[in-house]
Amino acid sequence: MAEMKQAPAGASAGEKLLNWVDNRFPASKLYKEHLSEYYAPKNFNFWYFFGSLALLVLVIQIVTGIFLVMNYKPDAALAFASVEYIMRDVPWGWLIRYMHSTGASAFFVVVYLHMYRGLIYGSYRTPRELVWIFGCLIFLCLMAEAFMGYLLPWGQMSFWGAQVIINLFAAVPFVGPDLAILIRGDYVVGDATLNRFFSLHVIAVPLVLLGLVVAHIIALHEVGSNNPDGVEIKGPKAPKDANGHPLDGVPFHPYYSVHDLLGVGGFLFIFTAVIFFMPEFGGYFLEYNNFIPADPFKTPPHIAPVWYFTPFYSMLRATTDDMVNVLAVIIGLAAVLNLVKGKGDGKTKVVGLVVAAVVIGLLKTFEAKFWGVAVMGGAVVILAGLPWFDKSPVKSIRYRPSWHKIVYGVFVVNFCILGYLGVQPPSEIGNVVSQVGTLLYFGFFVLMPVWSQLGTFKQVPDRVTFKPH
Amino acid sequence: MSNQPVDQSRRTWVTMACAVGGAGGVATAIPFVSTFQPSERARAAGAAVEADISALKAGEMMTVEWRGKPVWIIKRTPEQVAGLSKIDGQLADPKSERKLEMTPEYARNEHRSIKPDVMVAVGICTHLGCSPSSKFQAGAQPSLPDDWPGGFLCPCHGSTFDLAGRVFKNKPAPDNLEVPPHMYLSETKLLIGEDKKA
Repeated sequence: MAEMKQAPAGASAGEKLLNWVDNRFPASKLYKEHLSEYYAPKNFNFWYFFGSLALLVLVIQIVTGIFLVMNYKPDAALAFASVEYIMRDVPWGWLIRYMHSTGASAFFVVVYLHMYRGLIYGSYRTPRELVWIFGCLIFLCLMAEAFMGYLLPWGQMSFWGAQVIINLFAAVPFVGPDLAILIRGDYVVGDATLNRFFSLHVIAVPLVLLGLVVAHIIALHEVGSNNPDGVEIKGPKAPKDANGHPLDGVPFHPYYSVHDLLGVGGFLFIFTAVIFFMPEFGGYFLEYNNFIPADPFKTPPHIAPVWYFTPFYSMLRATTDDMVNVLAVIIGLAAVLNLVKGKGDGKTKVVGLVVAAVVIGLLKTFEAKFWGVAVMGGAVVILAGLPWFDKSPVKSIRYRPSWHKIVYGVFVVNFCILGYLGVQPPSEIGNVVSQVGTLLYFGFFVLMPVWSQLGTFKQVPDRVTFKPH
Repeated sequence: MSNQPVDQSRRTWVTMACAVGGAGGVATAIPFVSTFQPSERARAAGAAVEADISALKAGEMMTVEWRGKPVWIIKRTPEQVAGLSKIDGQLADPKSERKLEMTPEYARNEHRSIKPDVMVAVGICTHLGCSPSSKFQAGAQPSLPDDWPGGFLCPCHGSTFDLAGRVFKNKPAPDNLEVPPHMYLSETKLLIGEDKKA
């Protein structure tokens, strides 16, 4: 048994209670480690609001979700009407529902910006690889959560969106059709599908999500936060005060807890404005076709996923037979280039050729529909490889060659264009543009080991750049 | 850590216990995963349905539900039937040879049906499962070619099918529309979901 600590003489009742708890549960220890003595770099900027905002949105989604479930009915015959019941008859139900539906989009806005921050400041680099990977898994969970949640209102878009996406799984070679039936629990999207998506949406995925968020924060607090300069404030050479605390860090609480309140204020301005004035956001947050009850016999004239999926949906649609041929040629050229110019020895070069031949063979064997699914999944999964693709000698964009900013700029613009095209009905020109966009997206990652090392890098300072104000 | 040598017999028992426990864990997962399969009720709902086509006029179609899917019954005009063989060159699989299970034997003919005029097909696009809309009017119109012979257009990704549910070339849909098993109970009564072989 650990030694029981005694509260100092003349301690108040509150202090005595805390002492009693601390002898049994590390309450003060946890508070110190994660808040009052968690030292974060003092040069955080605007981009560092989005981590805490993501946590805020998660809380909003969980709380509003709990209250929605009290009135929602996960039954194909009742679901649509129960959502309308929440909107019209449940006192303030419309507000809770709009908070939840707007919260879904807000979640992706905040998370995309949070990920972009990691991208430009190299926050995924050693020793923060696991922070990044936990983050990628959180992103995957969010996508699953959003997709299954979107089925629940049982409108036309819910139904046909799910129908299309689940049918994508049927494209998987050999097990596809059985897999699609296993997901749906029926031969078509129906009551069984709605019921299981409800269960996964309200219990299974949120539990996994919460666990991953905890892991994300524990990993972060173990290695310490990165900052816009990419300078390690807790490294062996970093300056420390008499107590061993980094001179370039400030305790998270109260400095960043108060600082983040500013971000929360700004966020809530926009969030509430959307909820009260344009909750459908012009058909982007809640699609108009979803105000029509699901009709298994009638497909709406234009089906598009909600905006946050559209960049990936564009890449799926871009993968036609022609695109598969282009991919096969690119892989073949890469293998030949490796043979002629590669650094590896003869053995690795031959292995490269064999792998390329196998991949090209597979590309031509399975139908383009399957490769579309593979491309869409790959576009998400490839993010997890960033810590290993990035070979730049510095972390932060601030000390990289200036032209790297253009590369990141092109990547962001390309991602937005893909997102825009995914909302639009398919067209010839749109298809070609999204094919080029898909190649640019993957090229950014696959070629990163090469381009991230090129150019003249600037001198990284020893201390973070910070002007007291 | 202790410096004692590893007791190999204990290691063996630990390994065996882990293996048995793991097998038990996997076995327990089977019933949970099995609940994801279609229920007995969903399987029973796959029973055959009857359709009365006595009121169906030439050039019209009706829709019945079978296994939760729309099944189209199209009564083609003699001109439409005659036009089917003329467009073979524009179709991806005019003789429905790619996936034999999509077309029962008795429908593996020019008009993909038992009777030349009455076409029965599952109204679900073979691409990603949207339900195509009927575009029976021949000729030029939005999102269709100028020499459109009449047929179906899938709103999701633009696949087109002719009046026998055969897919046109270079479209996202890989196959012709499925012809469900069906048979005539009488001159005007169709049974969808069962045929004479069953």
